[in-house]
Amino acid sequence: MSAVARANRLTPYMFLAPATVVLVFALLYPIGYMVYASFLDWSPSQRIGEADFIGLRNYANLLTDAAFLESFWVTIKFAAVVVTLEMIIGVGLALLLDRNIRGLSLLRTIFILPMMIAPIVVGLMWRYMYHPTVGIFNRTIKNLGFEQGIPWLSDSTWSFIAVVIADVWQWTPFIFILALAAMQSLPRSALEAAEIDGANEWQKIVLIKIPLMMPVLIVTLLLRLIDAFKVLEVIMVLTNGGPGLSTEIVALRIFRTAQEFQELGEAAAMSNLLLIMLMALTIGMFMYTKIQEARTARMLKAAQAEDE
Amino acid sequence: MAASTEKQNPAFYALLAALVVMSVGPIALMLATSFKMNVDIYDESVSAFFFTPTISNYETVLCNVLWYEPAHVDYCDPTFGRALGNSLFVAIVSTALTLVIGCMAAYALVRFKFMGRGTVSMTTLMMRMVPPAVLLVPVFGIWTFQYGLDQSHMGIILVYTAMNLPFVIWILQSFIVQVPIQLEEAARMDGANPIQVFFMVVLPIIKPGLAAAAIFTFRIAWNEFLLANALLGRSTRTVPVTIVNSITEYDIDWGVIMATGMLLAVPPIIFTFAASRQIITGMTAGAVKG
Repeated sequence: MSAVARANRLTPYMFLAPATVVLVFALLYPIGYMVYASFLDWSPSQRIGEADFIGLRNYANLLTDAAFLESFWVTIKFAAVVVTLEMIIGVGLALLLDRNIRGLSLLRTIFILPMMIAPIVVGLMWRYMYHPTVGIFNRTIKNLGFEQGIPWLSDSTWSFIAVVIADVWQWTPFIFILALAAMQSLPRSALEAAEIDGANEWQKIVLIKIPLMMPVLIVTLLLRLIDAFKVLEVIMVLTNGGPGLSTEIVALRIFRTAQEFQELGEAAAMSNLLLIMLMALTIGMFMYTKIQEARTARMLKAAQAEDE
Repeated sequence: MAASTEKQNPAFYALLAALVVMSVGPIALMLATSFKMNVDIYDESVSAFFFTPTISNYETVLCNVLWYEPAHVDYCDPTFGRALGNSLFVAIVSTALTLVIGCMAAYALVRFKFMGRGTVSMTTLMMRMVPPAVLLVPVFGIWTFQYGLDQSHMGIILVYTAMNLPFVIWILQSFIVQVPIQLEEAARMDGANPIQVFFMVVLPIIKPGLAAAAIFTFRIAWNEFLLANALLGRSTRTVPVTIVNSITEYDIDWGVIMATGMLLAVPPIIFTFAASRQIITGMTAGAVKG
């Protein structure tokens, strides 16, 4: 083989090498390390080799730990509530705003802002607005003549609502932008055909737009659901999990278990449980898109066969 | 389709206005508060938006990088000025590194047909799902005891590069696929080697993809708190870490903290207005055309 041919054969490996090295050393290895650490009784002052191997005891402890189970439940409740609200509002707004209006692109730009700003800062802004006396909400309530403000961050029900509102503010635009993009790439012919058949706005939405957008909407929902399980900073700044455990999501509990309680093994076990749950969600999403692709391909083929 | 002169209901414009107020409102309030004196913040008779503005909060935050000594600052705390420099360094270096490495990998995957796009998008999705909280324990352990990269900027840059690579490779792939192969072949006929082809032919064409990838990477590195908090030391800390450290205390200095938050928010806000189209491309690429 000539030197040039050999160099050409090596080129792809050369291009891939840096990425492979970084991903193996800084992502895959840490994840494997995390799984191993979850079987240890390990504190930050020890090297990992000095930690005691305790098998599945961390997991056994977690599954009987009322506080951890509570945080798991809070996480699921939080994700379910925010994703439902964001889907309804986001898709609803996309349906309302899917028309030729001036300034739609400026509107979209403005809607991206909340997603681009650091979660820490989002938490800060909302914490200020929820402030019992100087916050804009309670001030307005007082100016309207009510004696009592709302205990936004000091009551367990209200703090959950407060955290949900902040997340809906930040992430509804994500759903809106994806839904609007999907809507604007719908085949015009289907909508025009429906118009000729005398369909009204409502029928067009329910019978044509929503069913055609379904694949995109489901992927959007799953993406958002995965991200909702990753939320940490906004809640940390707003409530730090409290009052009590009312807003303590799993990610926050992992952070506190590692940082405050110095139980690295237990934190690793929690991380692993969270990862397994997210992996199940992701695989479900991937399988769904594959099935959907196959179905579209079949339908296209059938349509072509009909044309011929 | 009706032309852009389509008549809309006034209620429709009211809805638009309400939406704009709702999304910008909290940010505007933060901006306003950052120019407010603490006396005015706590005075209920002073309006949220109409008051005598002051830049003293910004002077307090930036005291060690200012060319003059603000009269109202008794003790200049250099934490924030230093953190701002750290944040800039970490975000810029990790963005540059991710783009270079990601570009090369994406190019190899597309042109040399290594793995199917299916495999890559599957991997990307899997990586996207890993929460930073899950990396907390292993990254702390490995970086401290094995790599010896704790407290250093290189350590956190490595983490951010790894976290962003899957997404960057994936989005750049979809741009590289669209580069006509004939262009590359022509360049190769003229005697360019693969590396020259990549830099002179491919890179200029995929600029929009690079912009989208750069913004997403920069944003993550600039905004991230959890891992930076675990890895960085007092002198290497980034801005999000210093912000959280200053609010754990019971008494919050709202004016100063809002000025700090505003300074952290400014670069992402500028990007949003400068490149909203690229951002939307990056956001919708996964779901709408995946």
